[in-house]
Amino acid sequence: MKYLSEFRDPEAAKALHQQIKKAAAKLPGPVKIMEICGSHTVSIFRAGIKSLLPSNVTLVSGPGCPVCVTATEDMDRMIALSGMAVEKNITIATFGDMVRVPGSFTSLEKERAAGADVRITATPLDALRWAGENPDREVVFLGVGFETTSPTIAATVERAQRDNISNFTVYPAFKLLPPALAALLDSEDVALDAFICPGHVSVMLGADTYRPVAAKYGKPCVIAGFEPLDIMLGISVALGLLANKQHEVYNTYKRAVTDEGNRAAMDLLMKIFKPVDTPWRGLGYIPDSGLDFREEYSEFNAITRYGLTEVETGSDPPGCACGEVLRGVIDPPQCHLFGNECSPQSPMGSCMVSSEGSCAAWYRYSE
Amino acid sequence: MTDERILISHGSGGKKSQELTERTFLKYFTDPALLLMNDQAVINIDTKKIAISTDTYTIDPIFFPGGNIGSLSVHGTVNDISMSGATPIAMSAGFILEEGLMLSELERIAESMAVAAAEASVRIVTADTKVVARGSADRIFINTTGIGILSEKTNICGQGAKVGDRIILSGTIGDHGIAIASSREGIEFSTPVISDSASLNYLVQTLLEAVPEGVHVMRDPTRGGLATVLNEIASQSSVGILIREAKIPLKKAVIGACELFGYDPLYLANEGKMVALVREPDAEKALEAIKSHPLGRDAMIIGEVVDDHPSKVVLRTLMGGRRLVDRLTGDMLPRIC
Ligand code: SF4
Repeated sequence: MKYLSEFRDPEAAKALHQQIKKAAAKLPGPVKIMEICGSHTVSIFRAGIKSLLPSNVTLVSGPGCPVCVTATEDMDRMIALSGMAVEKNITIATFGDMVRVPGSFTSLEKERAAGADVRITATPLDALRWAGENPDREVVFLGVGFETTSPTIAATVERAQRDNISNFTVYPAFKLLPPALAALLDSEDVALDAFICPGHVSVMLGADTYRPVAAKYGKPCVIAGFEPLDIMLGISVALGLLANKQHEVYNTYKRAVTDEGNRAAMDLLMKIFKPVDTPWRGLGYIPDSGLDFREEYSEFNAITRYGLTEVETGSDPPGCACGEVLRGVIDPPQCHLFGNECSPQSPMGSCMVSSEGSCAAWYRYSE
Repeated sequence: MTDERILISHGSGGKKSQELTERTFLKYFTDPALLLMNDQAVINIDTKKIAISTDTYTIDPIFFPGGNIGSLSVHGTVNDISMSGATPIAMSAGFILEEGLMLSELERIAESMAVAAAEASVRIVTADTKVVARGSADRIFINTTGIGILSEKTNICGQGAKVGDRIILSGTIGDHGIAIASSREGIEFSTPVISDSASLNYLVQTLLEAVPEGVHVMRDPTRGGLATVLNEIASQSSVGILIREAKIPLKKAVIGACELFGYDPLYLANEGKMVALVREPDAEKALEAIKSHPLGRDAMIIGEVVDDHPSKVVLRTLMGGRRLVDRLTGDMLPRIC
């Protein structure tokens, strides 16, 4: 793997900064560009890129952080599952940020302190291994994420079936990116001029995925890697396209993203799962934007195994504007709870919990 | 409130830890030396100025590239004392051992504590052992107390930062954090990252001999990293701190690992680095002194104390932008998308 220095070169940054200023000067008016991916959001804040943008260019964060977009009802069911953990010998395996997301009543972190076996892992394979090593326990993996992470989880399910590991299940709360983009552009209060498309998700999906969106809605889609220089390059290309009134898909991350993406991974994903309508936090149900198990793999579905559809679920905390934030309609500081009732120490909404959430990024990095 | 419990994030060294301390302990522990909230307390016993500190070590894995929990506990104790400008003299060691720990492992740990103490010329003068049932502790926890002597005129503490002070960092950051994370995750890098765990007392001595009056604050950026100690200093001294990303020394392997895990190196733990805030006229001389010591070879002046944005730390980024450097909240977690 090749890293860094060339992606962190201050001289290159200066040159890109000039290009951005030049392209922005040619724009007829103010523009709003959405970076969809949570990793981009973090990179942008960490590198102080917003402070470099000309006044007619605004960057807003989109719904690309998997933890942030997990619906409260899914959160409530996952937490309810952790409530059964002690009695039913359940171990919950999850990506770290999920632990602190508040449900309507409590959080996984609090359930863990109260005795639930909740373990953090960076990979679903760990969870499968725990299941294999502890046949007396039931291991449930909380399946959140976009097309970047879901294929790995599909591969894990396939392996569980092959190895006959029946004490392993997955809570499917996956999200698909393209339907969400279309839904965003269809909603009336969202006024966006261009997208910076995620690097990692695009490795899987391929650049071609964005062509229908770019064509139908006339919005340039620029795929960018997530080093600061990658993002600056992405912004300068997007501004150039806007200035020339072009609305195409432009791939600045060719070192990782192809036109067709990783077909094998996507095929595997669709072999195990099928698209379903699914709820997003703050955005409601979006058609065909989630994944459910196909019949042949339904034994691995934690929702049905533990009867989680019966669980009582609540609603988003009153006043939390995660929905508007995730659609880029408002910046987090415009939420009345921001910084007062809601901070990373005591988050009200998921956007303040996840290290990739835009409320957390604003809180942490804005002067 | 009454049914609240301790959460893992209360122990991360960031805002949550601070909140816990303020809400619980500071209600009852009100000694003025403690309220200064430095890593050590300085008290007078007769005519002597004494520095005293305590720390508890829990780490997984207990053996890691570059050290183990034993050497770490000595280095950490020596460093806590040294950061007040004191000469560390002696320390205690209390062990909580989990049933089932291998005796051979305990022996290796004890041996490396003796070696580390001898290297730093610190005596381990008293010790205690408790054994708890399996599951009541994670293999071994070590608690230490350190004690050291200060010269009459030394006055180095978190409250001492002055506008104009230069901020010297003694070397690369994040080595310890990445060494631990990669051995825990079982990830190997082509150039392995080794913990920087080391005693800094001789480095401090070299610095103080070169600029006896010039040092206002010293801190070792352990848990919570550089970002956390700079925030502590900024708020203890009610000053602003401005640092430059381009000046912060980082090993290539650490940058690579941060990209892989999604970590921010500013928050990664270090166990053999220090930050010194030195008045401007002495800064170059102080830097030279630190660089003359093997543990300070890569030292850099990374920023300064400013009269802008009091109690806040701001970073000028490699890209030329600016951003706030907040305290860490909760645990740092690997990226997932
Ligand atoms: S600041 Fe908090 S309450 Fe407001 S939108 Fe963000 S997460 Fe929700």
